[in-house]
Amino acid sequence: MLVHVTDEPIDPGELATGFYSRHPDAAVATFAGFVRDFNDEGRVDGLYLECYVEMATHVLNDLGNTAQQRFGLRAWQIVHRYGEMETSEPIVFVATSAGHRGEAFAACEFVMDTLKTDAPFWKREHSDDEGQWVTVKAVDKDRRARWSTEGLDQ
Amino acid sequence: MTITVKFFSLIREAVETEQLTLELKDNLTTIETLKNELGLRGEAWKEALSHPNLIQAVNQRVVFQEEPINDGDEVAFFPPMTGG
Repeated sequence: MLVHVTDEPIDPGELATGFYSRHPDAAVATFAGFVRDFNDEGRVDGLYLECYVEMATHVLNDLGNTAQQRFGLRAWQIVHRYGEMETSEPIVFVATSAGHRGEAFAACEFVMDTLKTDAPFWKREHSDDEGQWVTVKAVDKDRRARWSTEGLDQ
Repeated sequence: MTITVKFFSLIREAVETEQLTLELKDNLTTIETLKNELGLRGEAWKEALSHPNLIQAVNQRVVFQEEPINDGDEVAFFPPMTGG
């Protein structure tokens, strides 16, 4: 399955092992994101990740296909969880395979940087009984913008 | 025509609604006119739907306010995404 959006726990190790066995290419890059236990204000106890599931599936499929074309990937996979999560639980897993490491690394980073601002997920962090919706960070916008092809000839 | 409207995150909380099925008049043909119509439901709706960072989607694709709405469409309103 190229894209999987789920409210069930995910296991990045198992996903990576499965990807390696299905796609034994010259270069495979993987990324896993986990619920952090801190934010700018202090401790975080857990996370609620809201999702527009049908749209997220479409957006992530389009994103994987774009990465495949742009970086010449041989294979890719994106798995994203939503719902209630505790700190240190895996949220997202991305795998990319290519003929060379440069393309695999770049595609993996492109997918993550784009996913954070373009896929319909919304984080609400909570500590004790208080919750707070996470706002878009400038660094995420900047990281997304550096992949823009606007103004380029290609 | 009949459409479905979904709300997520801060917008869902502000209007206290996850989803609506609406019968629209013929003159409600764009996202902008739909927002104006929904704003008549109260101050919370008007405020939430006039938020400068509001994003709207039609059939799961992000669109501008001028996007036309057709029978059977699924419209969604939400704030900027924060996944990953």
